Amino acid sequence: MEWINVIVQGVLIGGLYALFAAGLSLIFGVMRLVNIAHGDFIVGAAYLAMVVIQATGLHPLASLFLVVPAMAAIGYAIQLGLLNRVLGNDILPPLIVTFGLSIILQNLLLTGFSADSRKLNAGALETQSLAVLPGVDVGYLPLLTFVAAVALIAGLQYLFYHTAMGRAFRATSDDGEIAQIMGLDNRRVFAWAMSLSMSVVAIAGVFLAIRANFDPFMGPSRLIFGFEAVIIGGLGNLWGTLAGGVILGVAQGLGAQIDPGWQLLAGHIAFLVILAVKPRGLFPRID
Amino acid sequence: MSQAATIVRSTPASRIAGLIALAVLAGIAAAPLWASSADLRLITEILFYLALASMWNLLAGYAGLISVGQHAYVGLGGYLMFSCVLFLGMNPLWSIPVAGLAGAALSVPVAWLVFRLKGPYFAIGTWVVAEVFRLSAAQMASVGGGSGLSIPVSVMRDLGSKDQRETLIYLTAFVLCVGAIALVYLLLRSRVGLALTAIRDNEIASSSLGVRIGRIKLFVYVAAASVTTMIGTLIFITKLRISPDAAFSVNDWTVFVIFIVVIGGIGTIEGPILGTLLYFLLREFLADLGAIYLMILGALAIVIMLAAPKGLWGLVVQRFDFSIFPVGYRVRRK
Amino acid sequence: MADTVLDVADLEVFYGNAQAIHGVSLTIEKGELLSLIGSNGAGKSTLFKAICGMVKPRAGAIRLKGQNTARLSPARITEMGVAMVPEGRRLFRSLSVEENLVLGGYVGRPGPWTLRKVYDVFPILHERRRYPATALSGGQQQMVAIGRALMSNPDLLLLDELSLGLAPVVIKDIYALLPRILGEGLSTILVEQDVTRAMAVSDHFVCMLEGKISLSGRSDAFTHDQISAAYFGT
Repeated sequence: MEWINVIVQGVLIGGLYALFAAGLSLIFGVMRLVNIAHGDFIVGAAYLAMVVIQATGLHPLASLFLVVPAMAAIGYAIQLGLLNRVLGNDILPPLIVTFGLSIILQNLLLTGFSADSRKLNAGALETQSLAVLPGVDVGYLPLLTFVAAVALIAGLQYLFYHTAMGRAFRATSDDGEIAQIMGLDNRRVFAWAMSLSMSVVAIAGVFLAIRANFDPFMGPSRLIFGFEAVIIGGLGNLWGTLAGGVILGVAQGLGAQIDPGWQLLAGHIAFLVILAVKPRGLFPRID
Repeated sequence: MSQAATIVRSTPASRIAGLIALAVLAGIAAAPLWASSADLRLITEILFYLALASMWNLLAGYAGLISVGQHAYVGLGGYLMFSCVLFLGMNPLWSIPVAGLAGAALSVPVAWLVFRLKGPYFAIGTWVVAEVFRLSAAQMASVGGGSGLSIPVSVMRDLGSKDQRETLIYLTAFVLCVGAIALVYLLLRSRVGLALTAIRDNEIASSSLGVRIGRIKLFVYVAAASVTTMIGTLIFITKLRISPDAAFSVNDWTVFVIFIVVIGGIGTIEGPILGTLLYFLLREFLADLGAIYLMILGALAIVIMLAAPKGLWGLVVQRFDFSIFPVGYRVRRK
Repeated sequence: MADTVLDVADLEVFYGNAQAIHGVSLTIEKGELLSLIGSNGAGKSTLFKAICGMVKPRAGAIRLKGQNTARLSPARITEMGVAMVPEGRRLFRSLSVEENLVLGGYVGRPGPWTLRKVYDVFPILHERRRYPATALSGGQQQMVAIGRALMSNPDLLLLDELSLGLAPVVIKDIYALLPRILGEGLSTILVEQDVTRAMAVSDHFVCMLEGKISLSGRSDAFTHDQISAAYFGT
């Protein structure tokens, strides 16, 4: 029963990893950009939620009504003001710029909030659980996180394949030059994509902050978890990304069960094994 | 078109600069004769960073392999040195060639894995590998696990008195650093350099012309890994203590190195030199600012990418059409 | 001049230091079909790109219904009524046939062309509307590209190498549909490798050689040898 419990908990935390991954995958799909500061923005969103909660006394989940639009606006501005200027054939400039953003953000958070770790308090949601099997309790919060991840991915999937915005994203990704002579402004399309990505980042940040302690320097490892989920699942496949997150979560859970020091290592090893065996991921998009 | 033209690598200006550079080099080599102990340690550290920056520049600036995981090899070098000294009873300096070989050997399977990731995802893949190295080191009880360990004093005493030791380490660092730059220079003047230029200009066209891109990139990756491992070995000889977090520090061995290359000028041999000097200058004045210093470095790298993607040395070249290391060709009218 | 749709004057276009277009001038009236001929590398596609705003000219003017567009974005120029069927079609591969057409109408200019009218002209596209655009045959893909351009209800249509890579019988079908497509008072510039065909369908022509105009006039006013000399520069 203990092992089943480990797997169930791993699956649920996989939802959180899929939340980390979805925003990363989205902007890579639209503009071939990998945002090295993605994890730092997740942590930044957690701090933003903390400030909002301190100021308003809102429940962490209710704070999303403020944090999501704020992060979306930040994403829109960063894309228009900064990232659009360095996107091009050379992949180095956008990498360096987001790398620079990552360092700036970490140290900004350090200066503003110190290195102490924080946590958001979601009240009863954190302590209550559901007994699915004897010895297997599913907490409301992990369950909610997982459900949120599934809903979010379903929503993104719908947006991508059934809305005008999704059509613009796909067209720009396929052939940016021709998309422009259809009347789409690439810079604006990229800015929408980044603000959408940052909305997902905001949700990921708040769920992360309710679940665990956070500090200014935990961004890069969230970036890595998200990245691993994307690659395991297969580039460009959002449901695959959820599966990737689940596999990563289960691998980490099993590793931790063997030895606490093996938790992260087991996740990375699972990623490397899949990279070795199926370089295009488990569920590559067919095209 | 009847006007006679010759194709040359060097110009009179670059030859004079080359002579001056040689003189400066001789002066630096003689540093133990003129520098104080503290200055000598500082110059040693500058040489470390210059060598690391030259290797990252070779990877990213010439082979297009943008790695953010070179700290894997620095830490590997450190741990190899500790293992050689503690378990094999070797002289620490003799562990450098061992580390060079081991780093090269280990980088081959790593490359086999991370080369499957394209473009920007390659960057994060290399970071994952470095994380695996760090976490693995923390799991090895024999090298102190998560808390690390120190070199026994007796081992260092075998290298001689404090002054002798510092001179020895300094000269080794000097040889490694000059060797690293010479490696880049000679590689670029060789057929590999020609192939790298072709790849940089047009990867698809050069592959159709028979340039074996995969093999050349692998060769560059392994060479850079090997040299980076050797530098890591020497760095931890000077530090006397190692822990997974210090050995595999992404800030110390990757972030700073990338900023040095980008600010100095990526894709040139001179860029990392200029960048290293600037970095140490900034550090002397701003390091007390701590977090703000790091933010300034990050902002500087962003500004460079926006305003002058070829870095400060790129601005020099653009203005004066000048290089110290003639690796390209230029057409001259007779 | 009231009915001049496009007026290009003394246009100079560079790619880096290489000059692709040297002082080209041409005009096209409402409802006119102009053929643009010339060998590979003569600057035809570059001229199209300049008109669409995909490359910025270094000097000269491009006036669309009197307004200079040389500094405007491609999106803005499309809104003002220019559409192009690019060389090699360049359909959006992750979009279905219908999505490609709908995106063509993104700017929402009013006019005769609607999804329904495109399907009327190309019934096969209605049948295949759910297919990924690039799963169609070459000729059908060309129809999607033409339909996509028409969906923006342009005043000026640029057709670049309609027959490239298509079987002769398919080319014939597409050209047979051309009068129906162009019947609505649309001005068109056609780039076509097959000079005889280009001259047969057009009112006027312009022949380009090494970035300059080497000959222009009414399509029926010159002999084969005169055109050949302008084409090859002999």
